[in-house]
Amino acid sequence: MSGEPLTKTVVITNPRGLHLRPATKFAQVAMGFQSNVQVVRQGEAFDGKSPLAMVSMFAPEGTELTIEVTGPDAREALDALVAVLEAPPPPEDEE
Amino acid sequence: MRMSDFVVRDSIVVPLTATGKEGVIREMVEGLRAAGQFKNADVEDIIRAILKRELLGSTGIGRGVAIPHTKHPGVDKLVGTIAVSPGGVAFDSLDGEPVFVFVLLISPQDRPGDHLRALENVSRSLRNDHFVGELRQAKTRERVLQLLDGADEGWPG
Repeated sequence: MSGEPLTKTVVITNPRGLHLRPATKFAQVAMGFQSNVQVVRQGEAFDGKSPLAMVSMFAPEGTELTIEVTGPDAREALDALVAVLEAPPPPEDEE
Repeated sequence: MRMSDFVVRDSIVVPLTATGKEGVIREMVEGLRAAGQFKNADVEDIIRAILKRELLGSTGIGRGVAIPHTKHPGVDKLVGTIAVSPGGVAFDSLDGEPVFVFVLLISPQDRPGDHLRALENVSRSLRNDHFVGELRQAKTRERVLQLLDGADEGWPG
């Protein structure tokens, strides 16, 4: 198999939480990689490549999420996905 | 939070007559207005806000479902409605497929937690292919309500 997953835990800092736009953005970025992507919130794993699964997570500000990536492009995928979750909210979030 | 807590029963639109994005949103917002959820004067502003949100990225998140939404001061609690388009509507979905099942949400300005809870609840239900398949077949408001109650009880797929 592809071995142990690369993992990183990220805390949601967007005051609006992981709402639909960042959740679907995450899935879209994840789909660009071959690796398997899972996101774990309080022991529950969600398919990181499924927009519907990501939106169903309920991750308000302060939630810890662990990204687990397994596969040939795991390093690049993990870096890109951490960047999605750590990106500051866009200005339109405040409207 | 359960779907039946925020889906306004008298506002459900089955079947949709609209065949385009704006028409669907208009029909659903009109359904909520007719059910007395906000003032007539707010209708156009709410429609505009929902369409503006769609421009940031479609809420058609694949698998034939979409969750158009906005925040608006015209509501004092989160309200939602459901609509079904038997023929499907092009909605710029992430997977490029038409949308058959719509869940529209309007939240008050400063309640991001409620909005996230509603999104969680709606999307968990919409992950159930059986639920979505039955919704797509629903011909009456009563049937949609029956399916919602089943989804809220966590029926197996």
